[in-house]
Amino acid sequence: MVSLILRYLNYIIGAAFAFVLLLALWGTASELISNPPEETAEEVFHLEPMALHLQSDGPFGTYDLRQVQRGFQVYKEVCSACHSLKQVAFRDLQKIGYSEAQVKAIAADWQIEQPGVNKDTGEAATRPNVPADRFPLPFANDVAARAANNNAIPPDLSLMAKAREGGPAYIHSLLVGYTDPKTYTHDGKALMKEFPDFSVPTGLHFNPYFANLNIAMPPPLTQEGQVQYQDGTRPTINQMAKDVSAFLMWAAEPNLTKRHATGVGVVLFLLIFIGLTFGAYRNVWRGIKH
Amino acid sequence: MSFPWAEEYKPKHPAMQWVDQRLPLPRLVYNAIGAGYPVPRNLNYFWNFGVLAGAALAIQIVTGIVLAMHYAPNAATAFGSVEHIMRDINAGWLLRYCHATGASMFFIVVYIHIFRGLYYGSYKPPREMVWLLGVVIFLLMMATAFMGYVLPWGQMSFWGAQVITGFFSAIPVVGENIRIWLLGGYAPDQAALNRFFSLHYLLPFVIAGVIILHIWALHIPGSNNPTGVEVKGEQDTVPFHPYYTAKDGVGVGVFLLVFALLVFFAPNYLGHPDNYIEANPLSTPAHIVPEWYFWPFYAILRSFTADFILPAKLWGVLAMFGSILLLFFLPWLDRSPVRSANYRPVYRIFSWVLIVDVLLLGYVGGSEATPAYLLLGQVTAAYYFVHFLIIIPIVSSLERTRPLPNSITEAVLQGKSGARMKETAVDGHVAPAE
Amino acid sequence: MASVDETVENPDPLLAKDGDASDVRRRDFLSIAAVSFAGIGAGVVALPLINQMNPSADVLALSTTEVDLSSIEAGQAIKTSFRKQPLFVRNLTPQEIAEAEAVPLSKLRDPETLEQRTKTGHKNWLITLGVCTHLGCVPLGAGEGENRGPFGGYFCPCHGSAYDTAARIRQGPAPRNLFVPEYEFTSDTHVKVG
Repeated sequence: MVSLILRYLNYIIGAAFAFVLLLALWGTASELISNPPEETAEEVFHLEPMALHLQSDGPFGTYDLRQVQRGFQVYKEVCSACHSLKQVAFRDLQKIGYSEAQVKAIAADWQIEQPGVNKDTGEAATRPNVPADRFPLPFANDVAARAANNNAIPPDLSLMAKAREGGPAYIHSLLVGYTDPKTYTHDGKALMKEFPDFSVPTGLHFNPYFANLNIAMPPPLTQEGQVQYQDGTRPTINQMAKDVSAFLMWAAEPNLTKRHATGVGVVLFLLIFIGLTFGAYRNVWRGIKH
Repeated sequence: MSFPWAEEYKPKHPAMQWVDQRLPLPRLVYNAIGAGYPVPRNLNYFWNFGVLAGAALAIQIVTGIVLAMHYAPNAATAFGSVEHIMRDINAGWLLRYCHATGASMFFIVVYIHIFRGLYYGSYKPPREMVWLLGVVIFLLMMATAFMGYVLPWGQMSFWGAQVITGFFSAIPVVGENIRIWLLGGYAPDQAALNRFFSLHYLLPFVIAGVIILHIWALHIPGSNNPTGVEVKGEQDTVPFHPYYTAKDGVGVGVFLLVFALLVFFAPNYLGHPDNYIEANPLSTPAHIVPEWYFWPFYAILRSFTADFILPAKLWGVLAMFGSILLLFFLPWLDRSPVRSANYRPVYRIFSWVLIVDVLLLGYVGGSEATPAYLLLGQVTAAYYFVHFLIIIPIVSSLERTRPLPNSITEAVLQGKSGARMKETAVDGHVAPAE
Repeated sequence: MASVDETVENPDPLLAKDGDASDVRRRDFLSIAAVSFAGIGAGVVALPLINQMNPSADVLALSTTEVDLSSIEAGQAIKTSFRKQPLFVRNLTPQEIAEAEAVPLSKLRDPETLEQRTKTGHKNWLITLGVCTHLGCVPLGAGEGENRGPFGGYFCPCHGSAYDTAARIRQGPAPRNLFVPEYEFTSDTHVKVG
């Protein structure tokens, strides 16, 4: 008996797994039929980001430094009040075209100072930023961040362009996507007609580009000219949103230009290498049938 | 080692003679991957992937060692130290992207290598040990990759560690204690991160050791080939060097090209955006998925949603581990004397069905667990087990195989190495070559 | 092991006739070119692997230190840090200056005058690295009440190197004077080192 079981063990195990899976399949299918999942407002009305074209796109992309500088200005004057940029240092700004003196001035004038220690008393104190410092946190800790922002921590923006599906396009769409849920329609369907019970919880703001449609961040860019650009670009809301997306792309991937340039060289090298090895291979095997 | 006509190592230079007499290491290399190893002359490009897997491991070890010089295995600073590598370390971005993409390349190459073995019956006698050691390498790779993915301490790292150590809690009675022991706490934290780092550094060297055994075991019978017919004489083989070193050179070039395209132009394509968010033990990402190379196994795990004698969770974990462990028994599940699927018409069809099945499982594993995907996952997971445990044993005893060529050389002369042989076709079963 | 089959009668039926000499040269050329290319590639790959050990951007950014001199009285010294190394800043007394200047250069192992080791107009400010030139210990003498050694400057307890009031090596195994880093006075009381 035991030897018989051992002999057919593989069939027994295979049949057992298959049986339990069919059982599960039956459960899933009958659940699907008896209790079809209802569509939620998020599923119907959540939008994928709009297309955004930046100079950094594509295999040969580079940063448009003037745009990145404008985006930095938007970050500095609008976002930095709540959002940290803790992986980026002031000295990094030299890579987007600021001079050493400008970087020094930007650091020294930065509204929030670096935490430090009073040299005489040893108590917590602050000191002005220097280029070697990373961008200081707008809130000392998560508790302070929550308390000041209606219980929602504003996320760090250093990697935002890599930490969301869609990257800079998502950031741009989110910034310009705030709208009124009462009049919001998508694909010819009105939100309030499809989901009459839909409401935006207090303290949240309706934005169809956000995963669950309600985001804690109030619309940060509200009027044209909120930021005054030095280079004469007209600061429309859309322009500011694009520029800050370009800046955050740079902040997340500061070595992109170098990476693309290196990549082109490496690929060319490898193509020649493949050509040579293939020639060598054909020659070595010459006259040998295989 | 294997064939009497193998070229003997005869160092010309007196210094090499001196070394060879005292430490025959050059001789060992010569006989392993030099002119002293006769290899069937009819290998196709699928046979490049063993060398490519070795290259991928070398890339991982080299980039890994330098990354470890800068990485800080501390829950408070790990995420920042990875960003420090990406931003401030000289060429750090290059090294990290190479390491992250290199893991994917390693798995791509190894999956093709495994399929090669399945298709051409490389697991059959006398090469069972080669296959068994290969499965061991695969398991070690999975453990290494999992622990490596935890190290950046992003959201997916953290929740991956949480979910995967959660498998062990499915074990009755002692499961929860094992999980806590693995993590050194109740949730992934400093203790888990630090031990994962230690093991992530150790295991690649263990893999390298098992690879040496894998190659050693291979050199006893010599390489299989697309016909599955054993080597009969010198005319069937060519020396590894220069013939296959030249061919592997082309393979390595193409491998590096694909690798470079990913590293330089799409370094985050195979990753997940959530891992650029620092680990937060209080908030689970909306859609947890492992890295793509675990998707088929993840789909198997998720497909078990019904209790039957055992709880669904335990079934899922058993099936997931079982799906890999059953590969250990493959040489005894498939009893057909013919190796290559080219001469096994039924097996050949099923092996392509298996590929489609595993690709579908991967697709399901990477998607959200909606009922539709769940259904597809349940069907494909069932096929996976039925394929190995039921179909293969039945096919191997009932199948009418095509007649084998008398030798590799004959197959080559027919101009169809590895393909079916019309002229010499004889009905009925054909005895294996050896 | 393997049974010999018919094809052995013609041991080399698959080998075509060897090509002529120019083919051989071409074959060699391609193989050599491919291997050389691989060598060049390996060499280029080695560069980032070596370069990653150099100081990173954040370390280089910290390479200047500002020191406030206003609180250091004559005869006192402070220890601060420059590039993660100890930096001695010492306010010499007129007597210490005189002692340093009285030593004939011929008696010094590493001949340098006090003028050469300080800035014009600020001869009393002796700014040196606190790293013994022997094997890198931190000499005593900058802290209050520490042993300043037989020459009144600094004294390294590891192997007994003694420095004078201009931090020049006078006795013991150290080969050179304490290193004077690049620095400049940004005002009368502030110095920027590096």
